[in-house]
Amino acid sequence: MSTDVSAEKPVAAGGASRAWGSVSHYLNRAGILIPFLLLFLVLSLTSEPFATKANLLLILEQQSSALIIAAAMTLVLVSGGIDLSVGAVWGFAAVTAAHFGLETDPAFAMLLGIGAGTLVGLVNGIVTSVFKINALIATLAMTFIVNGASGLVSNGQLLNLFGKPDFGELAGSHFLTVKTMIWTMVAAVVVMGLLLSTTTAGRYMYAAGGNAQAARLAGVRVDAVRILAFVVSGTAAGLAGVLDTSNGLSASVQITANDNLTFTVLAGVVIGGTSILGGEGAVWKSVVGVLFIALIDNGWSLLQNDPLWEPIIVGALMLAAVAFDSFSRGLLRPGAAVKQLAHGLRRGPR
Amino acid sequence: MAGVGSPATADESGLNYLELLGVAKHFGGVQALDRVSVSVGRGSVHALVGENGAGKSTLGKIIAGALSRDAGTMTLAGGPVSFTSPREALEHKVAAIAQEPSVVPQLTVAENVFLGVEPRRAGVLSKRGLRRAYDRLAESAGFALDGGRNAGQLGTAEQQKVEILRALSRDAQLIVMDEPSAALGAHETHQLHQIITGLATSGKTILFISHSLGEVLSLADTVTVLRDGKVIKTAATSAETEASLIEAMLGRPLTSTFPPRQPPASDAPVLLAVRNLRAPGVEDASFEVRSGEILGLAGLVGAGRTELARAVFGATQPESGEIVFAGDGTLGRSPRRSLDGGLAMIPESRKDEGLIFARSSIENATLSWLDKLSSFGIVRRREQRRAARAVLDRCEVRGASYGAPVSTLSGGNQQKVLLARMLLCSPRVLLADEPTRGVDVGAKRAIYDFLVELAADGLGIVLISSELEEVIGLSHRVVVMRRGRVVCELEGHGITESAILAAAFEEREAAAEPG
Repeated sequence: MSTDVSAEKPVAAGGASRAWGSVSHYLNRAGILIPFLLLFLVLSLTSEPFATKANLLLILEQQSSALIIAAAMTLVLVSGGIDLSVGAVWGFAAVTAAHFGLETDPAFAMLLGIGAGTLVGLVNGIVTSVFKINALIATLAMTFIVNGASGLVSNGQLLNLFGKPDFGELAGSHFLTVKTMIWTMVAAVVVMGLLLSTTTAGRYMYAAGGNAQAARLAGVRVDAVRILAFVVSGTAAGLAGVLDTSNGLSASVQITANDNLTFTVLAGVVIGGTSILGGEGAVWKSVVGVLFIALIDNGWSLLQNDPLWEPIIVGALMLAAVAFDSFSRGLLRPGAAVKQLAHGLRRGPR
Repeated sequence: MAGVGSPATADESGLNYLELLGVAKHFGGVQALDRVSVSVGRGSVHALVGENGAGKSTLGKIIAGALSRDAGTMTLAGGPVSFTSPREALEHKVAAIAQEPSVVPQLTVAENVFLGVEPRRAGVLSKRGLRRAYDRLAESAGFALDGGRNAGQLGTAEQQKVEILRALSRDAQLIVMDEPSAALGAHETHQLHQIITGLATSGKTILFISHSLGEVLSLADTVTVLRDGKVIKTAATSAETEASLIEAMLGRPLTSTFPPRQPPASDAPVLLAVRNLRAPGVEDASFEVRSGEILGLAGLVGAGRTELARAVFGATQPESGEIVFAGDGTLGRSPRRSLDGGLAMIPESRKDEGLIFARSSIENATLSWLDKLSSFGIVRRREQRRAARAVLDRCEVRGASYGAPVSTLSGGNQQKVLLARMLLCSPRVLLADEPTRGVDVGAKRAIYDFLVELAADGLGIVLISSELEEVIGLSHRVVVMRRGRVVCELEGHGITESAILAAAFEEREAAAEPG
């Protein structure tokens, strides 16, 4: 999806460093894709059930919510923000849709669920852009508010929609032998990917996140662009929540699950290589990042490893991904870092 | 090697304090430095000059430990050294002063100076000890700066003083300065020069990088000219002139610094009229620009020139007054509406306010015009590239490909990308705020040619510059600002350095302002 650099020839150069220069350039551009493919290959070879259609589709189905939200989170991060409320919004949309699904038309209830997400996103955008409240704090506060609202809507109970099979059609039907949940996810991710990579709004997101002041003086409506990113984020989280309610035909408030989703999404986006500092990133990278974590998860259980170790592996990989990112941008020089560390140890604390 | 041998032994026998031999450095495939050999005598002021991309800053960074060299040797006070970090360089009494000083704004001046080496008693910070140490240091340095002030309130020049004091507090013997005067006004530059001269007199060795050849000739003892990563020559400044240095830097003589300009037609319409404008940082400003005219906006740093430009452009909101654009009413009050109406601005700092460094030249150049290069909100890629290429070619942007991030371009080329962005909007009036800051001689001339050419095409140009000769050499008319007010207007032969300085300084001298 992102082809902005590739159209041009690499800088002309000479000597052996040229080869390394272009290798590291492509490594950097490919980012997590290579480790992802390696892991995929290793799992295909070591685990018989891994590379089956059923297993791969199961992974996609399980990751649909995370993928939709991660795609939207990419937009928010690229434009210079962060949205910690996505997990809460996901849960809120799920119970809102279920609550109204019990009484009204399923399509209407679903729209209400998605709309609730859009609304939260709009508030997030306005609070962070217009009132200049730090996005980390604002969306953290919003997480509490939205989680509380979910409790009020659901009354703390499991909302059961088994009596309303129509509600399951959005996610549970099949098209070309694949669940509509997955199709919906693919459509949503592609739309958001195109939004970021081909539209003026997307280009402005890169500018706003790369250098907000410069973007503003260049005539970019930075506030509007960031609000749009938050609205997309809220809407995507809403859609994801509604999809999960439709798929499971039930919804309840589980704050731990909400928070877990937020962190999984953030981890996937960052591992994919989208900068937490804004201005850089791509939706496809986040998709690969989320799926990378999913593969570890899936492979871990297929290979019957001790599940207690898995979060440690994911965390270590996240650190490694960020370190690789710094390294490829020339911010981190491993040789110098090691020498400095040794130097510091020799001198002792000052 | 680290930490062995006491300095001030070898060089007393007539050797140089710093000696580089065959130093090389490449980035990716680009040879930034090619077998560079330079000697710097103890207690001397040594200047490095060259076009942007010539390798000056790279060399400075290698000496100060911020970069490592690929080949060659470096000898300091007679002993071979090899630094992997600025901290290691500092332990060998080599300090660097960055062009953009870095201070911790929440701390006081004294705390910033002694950051990391605070006087302690039994591990507890001693405020009194800090104050005493600071006073002693400031006295020996020979310039005054209140140690109790909050560093966040300091201007760039004062922050630089903090960095110089910081270097001295570590007993630095060699101080590397990368364009120390680039962000300073005339008055502050003068102060800095006095400080540098004082440091050299007290036996410190100064290596400084500068684009201002006048500064190099008046301040430095010796000068090294770099071109394409190679040393062209090292010579005593007494044997050089600006012309000889420029010739060495460019590899060809530069015929004249400023292009010839034609006066605007006598009946040229007024494009932009500002009347009694009051805005943040601006008390009362009135001026007019006519079609085909370059209006110089002169004054000291902090006189309100940038603030005036920003208010006119709509980046800040005026409190009162009138801005009449091209005769029809007032402008919209945002950068977007100004651009749509035909008023463009090149902001003062291309790094902070101009470019998106991680994005390509193509994207940067088309950022302000993207709406027109798209249909239904979708960017027409091919057209974007074509439009960008046309305008970047016209501005003679050189270096990496147009698809590479602008951070890989030299300062002069980055400035041309900004110019290209504004040209693409085909403005009727251009506000150019320090359009040649941190730009080498060759690119400077290209930008001058461009501004004059645009004026000849009928644009009205407001030129803000801290370099007086630039204002004098390019402007048809000059207004001088002092303390947020336009205080004087000069025209034709009345535009002289002394007239501008007199207007810019007048009150300051008379009022003997506090602080």
